[in-house]
Amino acid sequence: MKQGFLHEIKKNHPLFIMLLPAVILVFVMSYIPMSGLVLAFKNYRFDKGVFGSDWNGLENFRYLFSSGTGWLITKNTILYNLLNLITSQALSIILAVIISEMRARLYKRVVQSVIFFPYFVSWVIVGTFVYNIFNYETGVMNNLLTALGKEKINVYALPAVWPWIICAFNAWKWSGYNSIIYIASITGIDEQCLEAAEIDGANIFQKIWYITFPSIKPTIITMLLLQVGRILRGDFEMFYQIVGNNGQLYNATDVIDTYVFRSLQQNSNMGMTAAATFYQSVLCFVIIIIVNALVKRADPDYALF
Amino acid sequence: MAHNLVSRSGLSTSAAATLGRSARIKPNTSRIVFDLIGYTLVTLVAVVCLIPLVMLISGSFTAEQTIRLYGYSIFPRDVTLEAYSVIFKDPSTVIRAYGVTIFVTAVGTSLGLFLLTMTAYVISRKDFKYRNGFSFFFYFTTLFNGGMISTYIFYIQYLHLKDNILALILPGLFNVFYLLIMRTFVAAIPTALIESAKIDGAKEFRIFIQIVFPLLKSGLATIGLFMALGYWNDWYNAMLYINSTEKYPLQYMMYNMLMKNQALSQIASQVGIRVENMPTNSLKLAMAVVTTGPIILLYPFVQKFFVKGITIGSVKG
Repeated sequence: MKQGFLHEIKKNHPLFIMLLPAVILVFVMSYIPMSGLVLAFKNYRFDKGVFGSDWNGLENFRYLFSSGTGWLITKNTILYNLLNLITSQALSIILAVIISEMRARLYKRVVQSVIFFPYFVSWVIVGTFVYNIFNYETGVMNNLLTALGKEKINVYALPAVWPWIICAFNAWKWSGYNSIIYIASITGIDEQCLEAAEIDGANIFQKIWYITFPSIKPTIITMLLLQVGRILRGDFEMFYQIVGNNGQLYNATDVIDTYVFRSLQQNSNMGMTAAATFYQSVLCFVIIIIVNALVKRADPDYALF
Repeated sequence: MAHNLVSRSGLSTSAAATLGRSARIKPNTSRIVFDLIGYTLVTLVAVVCLIPLVMLISGSFTAEQTIRLYGYSIFPRDVTLEAYSVIFKDPSTVIRAYGVTIFVTAVGTSLGLFLLTMTAYVISRKDFKYRNGFSFFFYFTTLFNGGMISTYIFYIQYLHLKDNILALILPGLFNVFYLLIMRTFVAAIPTALIESAKIDGAKEFRIFIQIVFPLLKSGLATIGLFMALGYWNDWYNAMLYINSTEKYPLQYMMYNMLMKNQALSQIASQVGIRVENMPTNSLKLAMAVVTTGPIILLYPFVQKFFVKGITIGSVKG
């Protein structure tokens, strides 16, 4: 085997050389940091480095979960991901179905461009929108409320509404992007199928229900699989820009990634934080492998790999 | 899947069966209902997508006094260039940040494109025996990674990227998802072309540069735009790794301006007005417009490439 590999290098060395920069880059930037996961089992000290620091067993995990933080951020991360997954995918599918059926060509193009636009807007700008809409003194929402003769609302003191705000902005940012994927999948449907349905007298709702939905099922499953593999990863940029450093909202909005970032910034709880990233990485990996295997068993065509 | 097949092949029967129930609704009526709901919903979503942007632009043209008195509104009550004149009185901060962003975007995108294309070319060569192994080597990093902490510590302690402009370029240089899209583009090139060049005695690297690379224009444009957008909108790496203000890219400079008043007072002193006279609120929005401007202007021209990239990326390789 080894000889085969060496032989291959000799034979095809230009190809190996062309591959080398990317292999080195990915090895250094992605593979080497993986070894840093051992920090979860260590008492990290900057001066001793990753490998010089002392082992302390499962102490970090014990602290993380006995303090309650571990459960809270895990619960938040999973619930937010489920909420965002359902709302934004459902909206994207509905949009894609409607847009594909639109017959006013120009309007169709304009609408598609407009709903795709938020994808181009950076989260920093989105953070500005959020502040513009919700801040107590000058926000648009409170302006409207005052104009209507109602009391102002301090949204930043109401943690319960933030999951919905975050979910709304997530859908805002991604629906256009995701709907493009579904539109492409709908475009791929066999014309004959649709025509046959029309001849048989199916109305548009029947056509969508019996042809469009079953035909885009593989795409839906792929998209769900991709998201499930990230169920323990919070979209850090979104959470950080929308919520910022509002301590009042942490219980309702803290996800693993924001928690980890804060400890990095304040240089506190490094052990606990390393434990959090460890189980995040490992669980994500295990979940995607298991779910993919299950899907593969049900229907190999739908599996990711 | 079984259900899927049944419903497809048995379409005429099932459609006919349900038709009996809805015989009173003619296809025309259902179409009208669908159009009514559909157009309303889509228009609503489109308006919601645009409103924040309109708010941003109108706010940037509103006088500070008006904002303090009446707050932000969707359409401007009055139009003034107050905020923009403060920015452009001494645009050194903005120009500097633009410089950093343009440098990072240009270097990162061109270097990254070259690497991605070259790698995609090799792993899609059918006569390259280990192409599956190497593909897996790259793909694996999308499934498993070291997480924020270990990555941060390695970049700082072992690669010494703290306050180094490379920290803005390296993390986005090689995206495996783009590699997979690029591989699809490369696969569309006829193998015969490469083989005939080989018979003519061309070396591998020359084949890649002179034959493959020029044929990948649309792939390069697509992935290049994705990368450029990523670099342009990046503030996260700057927040983690960059300390000195003169290395701040556009987005992070803006983020600072929004969050920290000291950044604003710095501008105030540069321009020579007192902090309390600064049009703080409209200035933030004007800054947002200045940083997003190029993207809004380019959007109509580049949109089709993004759509193409997303469409290809959604088809499993």
